[in-house]
Amino acid sequence: MSATVVDAPAPTAMDRVRTFSARRASVLPTLAAIVILVILLIGAQAEFGNFLSPRNLSALLLDHAYLMVLAVGMTFVIVTGGIDLSVGSVMAFTGILGSSMLASGTPVWIVIPVMLAGGAAIGTLIGVLVQYFNVQPFIASLAGLFLGRGLAYVVSLSSIRVENEPILWLQQTRFLIGDWYITPTGIIALAVVAAGAVIMALTRFGRTVYAIGGSEQSARLMGLSVARTKVLVYVISGLCGGLAGLLLTAYSGAGYPRNGIGTELDVIACVVIGGTLLTGGRGYVLGSMIGVFVFATINTIISFMGAEQSWTHIIIGALLLLFIVVQRAIVARSDRRT
Amino acid sequence: MTLLKHHLFWPSAALATLVVVNVIANPNFAKITMRDGDLYGNPVTILRESAPLMLVALGMTLVIATRGIDLSVGAVMAVSGAVSLTIIADAPDPGSLGIVVTAIATAVLVALVLGAWNGFLVSVLGIQPIIATLVLMLAGRGVALLITGGAITTVTSAPYKFISNGYLILLPVAFFIWVAVVAVVALIERRTALGMLTEAVGINPEASRLAGVRSRGIIWGAYIASGVLAGVAGIINASNTMAADSNNAGYLIELYAILAVVLGGTSLMGGKFSIAGTVIGVLTVTTLDKTIQFFGVPPAQSPVFFAVVVVIVVLVQSPRVHQWGRSLSRRRSGHGPGDAGGEPAAASATPTRQEVSA
Amino acid sequence: MTVDTDVPPLVSMRGITIAFPGVLALDGVDFFLRPGEVHSLMGENGAGKSTLIKALTGVYAIDSGTIAVAGEERRFDSTADAQAAGISTVYQEVNLCANLSVGENVMLGHEPRGRLGIDWSAVHREAAEYLASLGLHLDTRSPLAQHSIAIQQLVAISRAMVLEAKVLILDEPTSSLDRGEVEQLFTVMRALRERGVAILFVSHFLDQVYEISDRITVLRNGRLIGEHLVAELPREALVTEMIGRELDELSAISDAADRDIDRTGTPVLRAAGVGKKGVLEPADLEVFEGEVVGLAGLLGSGRTELVRLLYGADKADAGSIEMHGEPAKVHAPRHAIDRRIAFSSENRRSEGVVADLTVAENMVLGVQAQRGWVRRLSKAEQDAIVTEYMEALGVRPADPHVPIGTLSGGNQQKVLLARWLAMQPELLILDEPTRGIDVGAKADIQRKVAELAAKGLSVVFISSELEEVLRITQRVAVLRDRRKIGELDPTSVDLDGLVDFIAHADHDERSVSR
Repeated sequence: MSATVVDAPAPTAMDRVRTFSARRASVLPTLAAIVILVILLIGAQAEFGNFLSPRNLSALLLDHAYLMVLAVGMTFVIVTGGIDLSVGSVMAFTGILGSSMLASGTPVWIVIPVMLAGGAAIGTLIGVLVQYFNVQPFIASLAGLFLGRGLAYVVSLSSIRVENEPILWLQQTRFLIGDWYITPTGIIALAVVAAGAVIMALTRFGRTVYAIGGSEQSARLMGLSVARTKVLVYVISGLCGGLAGLLLTAYSGAGYPRNGIGTELDVIACVVIGGTLLTGGRGYVLGSMIGVFVFATINTIISFMGAEQSWTHIIIGALLLLFIVVQRAIVARSDRRT
Repeated sequence: MTLLKHHLFWPSAALATLVVVNVIANPNFAKITMRDGDLYGNPVTILRESAPLMLVALGMTLVIATRGIDLSVGAVMAVSGAVSLTIIADAPDPGSLGIVVTAIATAVLVALVLGAWNGFLVSVLGIQPIIATLVLMLAGRGVALLITGGAITTVTSAPYKFISNGYLILLPVAFFIWVAVVAVVALIERRTALGMLTEAVGINPEASRLAGVRSRGIIWGAYIASGVLAGVAGIINASNTMAADSNNAGYLIELYAILAVVLGGTSLMGGKFSIAGTVIGVLTVTTLDKTIQFFGVPPAQSPVFFAVVVVIVVLVQSPRVHQWGRSLSRRRSGHGPGDAGGEPAAASATPTRQEVSA
Repeated sequence: MTVDTDVPPLVSMRGITIAFPGVLALDGVDFFLRPGEVHSLMGENGAGKSTLIKALTGVYAIDSGTIAVAGEERRFDSTADAQAAGISTVYQEVNLCANLSVGENVMLGHEPRGRLGIDWSAVHREAAEYLASLGLHLDTRSPLAQHSIAIQQLVAISRAMVLEAKVLILDEPTSSLDRGEVEQLFTVMRALRERGVAILFVSHFLDQVYEISDRITVLRNGRLIGEHLVAELPREALVTEMIGRELDELSAISDAADRDIDRTGTPVLRAAGVGKKGVLEPADLEVFEGEVVGLAGLLGSGRTELVRLLYGADKADAGSIEMHGEPAKVHAPRHAIDRRIAFSSENRRSEGVVADLTVAENMVLGVQAQRGWVRRLSKAEQDAIVTEYMEALGVRPADPHVPIGTLSGGNQQKVLLARWLAMQPELLILDEPTRGIDVGAKADIQRKVAELAAKGLSVVFISSELEEVLRITQRVAVLRDRRKIGELDPTSVDLDGLVDFIAHADHDERSVSR
């Protein structure tokens, strides 16, 4: 019976490290992602000399705001042990839907809620299939992927320009802090990250998400509201898809039904690289944000080098593999323990 | 009544209904004409265009039978197309048969290696199939783009073009290819014991292990087969367009393949699989695609219809719907808590109950 | 048989019946739990213990009968309903979330909240208080996964305290604890008993049951056999109630088994010091040609664990195995099969049948696996195997092309027996081959085993039914509390003697000649 005694005398620095690593082993993958990010940034600066400029770093967030929002939603889903393949096409659908409504003169205060509701509706469909009809998350969200993509083309087969002032304002406005700048889209992305992090860490709903990912059966036997929570994570992911549609529309100044093809894979990769376990139960919204920054940095470095953009996916794929194998080792170790 | 119970009845009925609806809507749908000694018309086109999906779905069937899934097939197709066309484009004489054979052999070999890689991750490292194959799904297209240098490689090579566009005795070569491949796979699975052992591993891995089945090799082999078949599909696909378009080759084909397998009556939970069912499933998917186009819907919008099909298929397979069906025919008191979702479902609850009551 | 008592019961379950497809898991069972008592629920596999617990915790709905808590009749549709009624459960497989911290597991769903959401310092403070009240001083911020099963169980009990449980169900909590850990658990249980908590305790370890319980209820085959105060129930009486006696209609088999075994040569199997940490203490076992060796002991005694190690189903970390005097490395079932050892698991459903495959396919699976996939058994070879064993074992229905999942348990078992016999084993290990099957099939299987042994096959036979063990074996090895405690000659001991040997606490070794 080896009970750790809390009030041990005068902890040394070594003890503190040990206590930290014992308590917070689940943070390690996220820390690894931060280390990778720092190495990438320093390496890029050493190579190009002008990489760490405020302009360039500000652009990292600006260019990937939509990805960050999607990653937050995906984190909720993956922590429960599920997966959502629909996010890319949901983003395309809501984006083109919003653009088309704006083009036909619908006021923006109607358009934005409709975009969000459209995303949430597809999320609800997936959640209900997963929870109440025992459909594997992979397959249910696959139906969502088809539906979103098809509906995007139903709305329009070609891109629709957006000339609505408030929407364009989201992207064009730059709040300057010295040489740094941030756009409203960037602020929205960071706000979503903050909200996601708070919900996951400080609400009973968020803790239920972790409990389900740890053991759904245990969560149920502990009397937690498993069914509601499982549906809700897909609704949140759908909502994030709708919001990402808005951000991408503002960013590109147009809705385009081919947007976001393969984005679901980028998002999953970012979330995993950020330290979330694909088998569920462990992960952090802030980690996913780091994962998006790693992705963004690799993307930017490759365009700095003038190399093929396809290298991004190869490197992300390799990083993903590395993280999966490491996670597998971690899980295997904790399996042995219990 | 026995006909109704046959495992191919419902898949065949679905396909037949689809064809009948088309013929009623437009009698020209089934029209076949003869030109220069070859057959043309919608049915022939469907048989020809089914080829890539057929091969991919065949590999997917074997992987699904082991309780796995292979998401990387589309990416493998892109790689294989890129490899073969790049070899041909770089050759001094793109039209020579030797070059084309070399190109095809190399592409298939590369696809085999990629399949072996997936199989290694799943069967040796024990990584979940969805996740293990996701890696290649993500990186594969990047590799394909690198091979073609980011451009869409186009070539002119008569022998290569023949693979997808040529005709042999009345019908397209592509049709003969998939028929031959289906026959070979069916022979290997059903004339040796591979099919039965694969099903045993998929249905009850632990019982199979205790019976001495070498499940690792069987699972690994299924992924290799899936890789090779996707490679051949990539060659047919590239031959159809004579262009290696790494972004679009085999796009979403993994999803259509899974759909075709499920339509053919093979359960995603692994176990019993039906090659004939998959053939029917693929023809259904291709016919549905053609039907949607026939009704004047732009091809891009067809995913909506497929989404509906996917939802219907999973609902029909869902234990809860089965239970509703049963309780409609025979009212009985409900077991199980409401919160449990799948808990009352017969399929998932029975084993647990048996274990505890055993 | 019911014991009178002054205290009114906290939980009264009356006439509880639960039916599963084809099985009556509980048949009109009454069960009463009083405040401030530790009440042990006893019975062999399939007796209905787990089902009764699941009825009380809302996992299963009851088909008939009533459940009353504190005099008020209740209907439990979910585990949440039962928890609301003050009933908490700690399962053998601890149902907590290993990915979360100790403190969070204690408080999950009941976290104190401040204005900004969950107040984490309060969560850990309160959790520490609950843990301390059970005498536990843990770092509540450490992940649960880092702690032993014993600690996790105590954490689960602390959680029950948060829920203000009046009834605590401990379902086999001690099956993976060592001696010291069990002591700590018992200390906590006694403290809770003092506070008036009603504790339902399930354990396969008789010593523990007698040490901690006030009262014992025995179930068998889904029926209530009796309720007793511990002090009034001698161990032999308990074991007899649990195991029961069936009418001896099988004496012919007994005669067939009554043979002398030549134990002078090299044994077919010689296992020396085979064991695995936390699973089985190193044990020796020899099986000679044509001998049927029975393993007797209650569930969890190590009988199944021993044969799984012999077959390589689990990997032993100590000891050596010899077949015919030659050292055999058995790290996986395939190695055992190569050495002509066959093993039929006690879990017919999860480790035996391949449900969607046909009877014929299930029969030839082992032979085919051994041959490899390339050389498929020809139709003629398959038919030969199938026809031979369908007939020899009397499988019903006699159609080999129906899925095995549609057969009755007894016929499934016959098919599995055929699978192993078709591989021409030299040593056949049968773990509970006759559990849960009808008497006819039971007799068929016993007869077949006796017949094969007479022809020279060596058999290791495990059964909870001791009469069956005595009937068909030539030697019985007895296990208790995960160690082998001795061997008996079945001709020189009767059922009472065997029960006595299994039940008694003293750990002295006894020899064959007594």
